[in-house]
Amino acid sequence: MTSTTIQSDVTHHYLRPKKKFPNVWCAGCGNGIVMGALIRAIDKLGWDKDNVAVVSGIGCSSRMPVYLDFNTLHTTHGRALAFATGVKIAKPHMKVIVITGDGDALAIGGNHFIHACRRNIDITAILIDNKIYGMTGGQFAPTTPGGSYATTAPYGNYEKQFDVVKLAIGAGASYVARGTVYHSSQLEKLIIGGLQKKGFAIVDAFSNCHTYYGRMNREGDAVAMIKWFKTHAMPIEAARKLPPEKLKDKFITGLIHETDATEFCDEYQALVDRLAGKEAGR
Amino acid sequence: MTRKGNVKLLQGNEACVEGALYAGAQFFAGYPITPSTEIAEGMSREMPKRGGKFIQMEDEIGSIAAVIGASNAGCKSMTATSGPGFSLMQENIGYAYMTETPCVIINVQRGGPSTGLPTKIAQSDVMQARWGTHGDYTAITLAPSSARECFSETVRAFNIAERFRTPVTVLGDEVLGHMREIMTIPEPGELDVFDRIKPDVPHEWYRHFEITPSYVSPMASFGDGYRYNVSGLTHDQDGFPTAVASEIKEKLDKLRLKIERYIDEIASFRTEMMDDAHVAVISYGTVARAAYQAVRMARDRRIKVGAIQPFTIWPLHEVKLREMLANCRKVIVAELNMGQLVHEIRRVAPRNTEVFELNRYDGEVMTPLQILDKIREVL
Repeated sequence: MTSTTIQSDVTHHYLRPKKKFPNVWCAGCGNGIVMGALIRAIDKLGWDKDNVAVVSGIGCSSRMPVYLDFNTLHTTHGRALAFATGVKIAKPHMKVIVITGDGDALAIGGNHFIHACRRNIDITAILIDNKIYGMTGGQFAPTTPGGSYATTAPYGNYEKQFDVVKLAIGAGASYVARGTVYHSSQLEKLIIGGLQKKGFAIVDAFSNCHTYYGRMNREGDAVAMIKWFKTHAMPIEAARKLPPEKLKDKFITGLIHETDATEFCDEYQALVDRLAGKEAGR
Repeated sequence: MTRKGNVKLLQGNEACVEGALYAGAQFFAGYPITPSTEIAEGMSREMPKRGGKFIQMEDEIGSIAAVIGASNAGCKSMTATSGPGFSLMQENIGYAYMTETPCVIINVQRGGPSTGLPTKIAQSDVMQARWGTHGDYTAITLAPSSARECFSETVRAFNIAERFRTPVTVLGDEVLGHMREIMTIPEPGELDVFDRIKPDVPHEWYRHFEITPSYVSPMASFGDGYRYNVSGLTHDQDGFPTAVASEIKEKLDKLRLKIERYIDEIASFRTEMMDDAHVAVISYGTVARAAYQAVRMARDRRIKVGAIQPFTIWPLHEVKLREMLANCRKVIVAELNMGQLVHEIRRVAPRNTEVFELNRYDGEVMTPLQILDKIREVL
């Protein structure tokens, strides 16, 4: 048996048997690579499928949970983290994963994003960051680089961008990492790290939308765009040793920030225990 | 006078909290807003003491989202808000209808539109409670008029939500929410408490949105081993998005039929002196109290008038209402808005019954004298 067949066996074990494939994604889309990395990560951790909830919002990336054989909640645009917060608090022993996109998490869902970071609730969010609204046909997102073209930026984007990593660190997330769909095994490791982290973890996964972003900005097809990640990614370990001018056209990947802080559900349980102790002591 | 049992002096909002606890609420998410905040405050005090869950979310959109998430994870869940927050919640309330997720939303109404009158009374969200979110669905809305009813209607809201897998709105108002009244908390077992029906089939057979003879599907929770999909996209019985015409229609029919077929169970009225009445006053919420007083005053003047108070304002029980109005030539609909439920009453009233409106929308309560004047005017 070759390693590829082993891999597809693993993947199929976590896909919904009754769900009709193919999926809604364009050929060459990076979403499938992220889904594969997530499946392998969960498989390596040996988690019980019944104990995993995958929650998403709206967009191309947010279609992922529908295909996955877990407890899955495909919610409204931008609100995945708020729904997931309810699931996690209701059943703290469950592993709660959020799949979101850059528009979903940072534009319409920006408020929930910063507050999930602030609460440090034990949820792992995987943000598939393709710099564009794909499902609605290529409008600019809060991550679309300045000067880039989009269907609502026909003369080039003149807005500023969010840096997901800085935003998450500033808002209080415990684990902040960035990967790409080219570096799929690194992405898998980063997801494993996020899933294991007690507290709010965010993995910013750079992905390609060749259908809209690539075409409108002459960045080529899926292969060309994914290769761009290869040539422009700079691992954090290497970046720390380099002067800023050498990092000019690079983006940083790897585990960028990790800290230990008290987690929301633990704090709540501590309160419940404290009140129970008080009652008993009376 | 000897008092027995658990007698309390409670605001309407506090009575809602007591009702929620009686019904077995396990999860509350909310955002501060006048005049409903006492409900959030009460739940923040009580939930952690009882092993329940409380969270103050970053806004009302997040609040109802967390409520729906928690309900899918098996908790009896609720939120409380007022007009502006109710507006913010609408998209996700639609998600709860579509995904058939039980939850209770208490809207302690204040004057609107917009920020309106945070500390003054209105009943102007009646139509929003029915039609607030986009798309076709059937909504259930209950309207209490006293602290006692805030308690009992909150219990009933949970029971209906769990029984029919649907959101239920309780429409209170500012005066009701803040007025203090003596009430006896019912003993455990005195009122029915209903828990959602769980599936008893193996995992492979379970369909989260199964069309059963009653149209209500048993509901597994996340973590129970059933691993179903929930989506706000129009879905098939397994919860997977569909674009098949027959499946789309089947889904929307289910949302309607599971409620319409059980209207006798859901609808609830109180009537007073309707037996020989030629004129009826229909009112709900705080206004109903003034209406009963007005009817008594009119009876003293030998006017044959009666009062009807629907507790279930959506869906309004057309058949029952028509029966009640069979001998009434005239109906007055008294509301603290510019005329909302009156449209529904006009639609369902017998053909030869004349429908009159009595509206007040200046942030003040309706007085019995105002209603009495209207009764005499229409005679």
